[in-house]
Amino acid sequence: MTATENPPTYTWVGTRPIRHDGYDKVTGKARFAADLDLPGQLRAVYVRSPHAHARIVSINTAAAEAMPGVKAVVTGADFPDLGAADPEYDVSVNVMARDTVYYHGHAVAAVAATSRELAADAAAAIVVEYEELPAVFTIDDAMADGAPLVNETNFTKFVKADEPSNLSTITNLERGEVDDAFAAADLVVEREFTTAAVHQGYIEPHACVVDTGADGRASVWCSSQGHFRVRSSTAAVLGWDVSRVKVTPAEIGGGFGGKTTIYIEPVAARLSEMAGRPVKIVMTRDEVFRATGPAPASKVRVKVGATNDGELTALEAWMAYNVGAFGNVAGLVGAMSVASYKFPNLKLEAYSVLSNLPKSAAYRSPSAPHAAFAIESVVDEIAQKLDIDPIELRLKNAAVEGDVTAMGMPHPRIGFVECLEAVRESEHYQSPVPDGAARGIAAGFWFNIGEQSSATVHVNEDGTATVITGSPDIGGSRASMALMAAEELGLDVNSITPLVADTESVGFTDTTEGSRTTFATGMAVVQACRDLIDDMRSRAATTLSVDVGEVIWADGAAVAEGHDPVPLASIAAQSKRTGGPLTASASLNAAGAGPSFAVHCGDLAVDEETGHTKVLRYTAAQDAGTAIHPSYVEGQLQGGSVQGIGWALNEEYVLNDDGSLDNASFLDYRIPVASDLPMIETIIVEVPNPSHPYGVRGVGETGIVPPMATIANAISRAAGIRMTALPMSPPHVLTALNER
Amino acid sequence: MNRTHVNCTVNGDDVDFLAADGISLLDALRDELGLTGSKEGCGTGDCGACSILIDGKLNCSCLVLAPEAEGAEIVTVEGIADGDHLHPLQQTFLEGAALQCGICTPGFLVAAKALLDTNPDPTETEIRYALAGNLCRCTGYDKIIRSVQEAAVQLREVAK
Ligand code: FES
Ligand code: FES
Repeated sequence: MTATENPPTYTWVGTRPIRHDGYDKVTGKARFAADLDLPGQLRAVYVRSPHAHARIVSINTAAAEAMPGVKAVVTGADFPDLGAADPEYDVSVNVMARDTVYYHGHAVAAVAATSRELAADAAAAIVVEYEELPAVFTIDDAMADGAPLVNETNFTKFVKADEPSNLSTITNLERGEVDDAFAAADLVVEREFTTAAVHQGYIEPHACVVDTGADGRASVWCSSQGHFRVRSSTAAVLGWDVSRVKVTPAEIGGGFGGKTTIYIEPVAARLSEMAGRPVKIVMTRDEVFRATGPAPASKVRVKVGATNDGELTALEAWMAYNVGAFGNVAGLVGAMSVASYKFPNLKLEAYSVLSNLPKSAAYRSPSAPHAAFAIESVVDEIAQKLDIDPIELRLKNAAVEGDVTAMGMPHPRIGFVECLEAVRESEHYQSPVPDGAARGIAAGFWFNIGEQSSATVHVNEDGTATVITGSPDIGGSRASMALMAAEELGLDVNSITPLVADTESVGFTDTTEGSRTTFATGMAVVQACRDLIDDMRSRAATTLSVDVGEVIWADGAAVAEGHDPVPLASIAAQSKRTGGPLTASASLNAAGAGPSFAVHCGDLAVDEETGHTKVLRYTAAQDAGTAIHPSYVEGQLQGGSVQGIGWALNEEYVLNDDGSLDNASFLDYRIPVASDLPMIETIIVEVPNPSHPYGVRGVGETGIVPPMATIANAISRAAGIRMTALPMSPPHVLTALNER
Repeated sequence: MNRTHVNCTVNGDDVDFLAADGISLLDALRDELGLTGSKEGCGTGDCGACSILIDGKLNCSCLVLAPEAEGAEIVTVEGIADGDHLHPLQQTFLEGAALQCGICTPGFLVAAKALLDTNPDPTETEIRYALAGNLCRCTGYDKIIRSVQEAAVQLREVAK
């Protein structure tokens, strides 16, 4: 299944039909997890830790259990100890603390009662006695000699580790001779950057309804990017076989990586088992901020050497990611994300650092924005110092097919150069910078993943079709599946019903993450359609009494020379007589996810009196391989850009001295609103991915990588200040202006 | 537990329900009346996912106590279409791909309707400020703003 550089013109791929699930979403009928209720359902409320690090001395639930309406109470004692070697151990302890709480907001107990209010009253009556332990919150404090240990079960990965430590991973990568290269360089720029922790900020809080039956089997309806992962993690935390858990994905109200893990489902399942009634949990926004996500804070030092004509000869970087209270590979992934420029000499040292903060979670190109903010800022400073156009400097050094990433992986066919050229030729870049404003440029990379997907396609008896996959649809992927199936089968896209099935109704499918769904699940849909087409060709061959080799599939019909085409609808109508229902399933482990590059261009003005930065114009160019549904590709570019703009200008976790979050609401954790922004112009670059039948590259994530440096680079040109700390909020910019 | 008997109209229908003390109008709509189109993103008036019209005025239903609905005319996202004929905003949101996950969509539709009911020809800036109380984390707002602009054009055509 390969795509060519000059793709054929498609009938359906690349068109913009109304998405099938859209009607229910504009009329309020779509069922999100919090919209589901079961008869006899209880509501559950949590007790959460008021300390950032403490030993739990005792938990007294007696008073709560005696309160009106209370049907079940759980604590850590109600869940098995998986042992620290178990891959789900950290998740199990994060879901419900055992003898230690590791962060402010860590779940300690939960109560199920006949109403949310009664459950909250009972939760308030649970008495927990703590013995406080020393806590650390920053990378510097956690890495200091003699720092208190955050989590006694954490041993450093990728190195020999005999003692527990605050380092989860250490990664060292090297090629060439950086020291020699710096000595020989005409220009060396070195800077240190920091970024605050930020939350994914999906508008729908985590929610689930779980009904554990008398047979010990749990039915779960929940908001998740991956219901098969909900199944495996929920079963693991409960000590069950996965076959005891059935998970049905509800419509999901945003995830951005934050819903690739679980928090609440095993708690609801255990409470339901104890009470014999369904249990619903809906997190409050406060809980979402305190106990889920966030993306790590970071500290990155970058040193880049260059020749006078703008060749980037060496990169040295030290990167640390604050991953919260449990181990995580953020540092490794940050190092892996260094892949945009050739850098013949390179040395990276990357750390994942534990602290007494919530367990960090993936957020759209996890770890890449932090590294790109630093590297793209320094690269831009070099362009400024050498007085070279920032796009020309990047073009001179841009990775192309065959160049290797920091990990040493050779790039396949990629579209970085094409993205740079697209921005250079754009009306935006060609037009003069508005008076009083400045323009910034930055690039971003994300590798994308393949992984396992399954699809089943039924051709119905009237010639319509149903496409069933196991990939939760967080941004229009059902429409993309239907478009690819329409193209394959030669059916009208509106004759196809695309569905996402529960864990028992479709083959195993990995989580919707890594920008993999349109790529990998799309491949499974295409494969199932092609198997169906082979079946339909062979049935037509039998009917026409010709060899199947003489039958081709064209425009939705089996075609053999000398015969009238046999349309899909008549093959479907005859199916009972020709071998039974027309259905095919495909499952695969997709390889060859094509990396997606992006280049952003932003114009902004800095108010010298307030330090406020106003984005005036913004363009995002990104390589989509092939845009299956261009509107939703544009949507990914726009949404990623704006999340990045929020990360750049406003968003941050503000901690109190005790490690509690000071801004756990959308009022105080301010994500961008419509009046903060201009239109986000998009340029879809299409350099087909040779490993996908339609040339798809995932587009979901890369868009969040360039904005921080795009804005920092524009601020530098606007105001002569090099911002090295995120967010670049008005007080920080004002301080820098005053120190200028 | 104290309960207040509340009478009002919702999407043109006379309804009544019992509101427990302290229950928001959002909870009453969702839990007592089964109208789950209005969403709760925050419960504190900061996200707009729960936007409804009360006597034609835009409100965050999570900030309204249920008994305050007594005698009021309420419109939720479930009530903005004319039977099976979608409101132009619903149609332009679909055609303009103004939703990704769709959790914010009901609130945006109601808030945009409140705007266009009173200002049929808003500028882009007026639209952006009118919708600044509605958070969308998926779209970056671009396609939402364009869809509202397009719906305004269509509504003006109809009004001619
Ligand atoms: S739920 Fe009412 S404003 Fe967020
Ligand atoms: S479409 Fe997801 S929050 Fe707006």
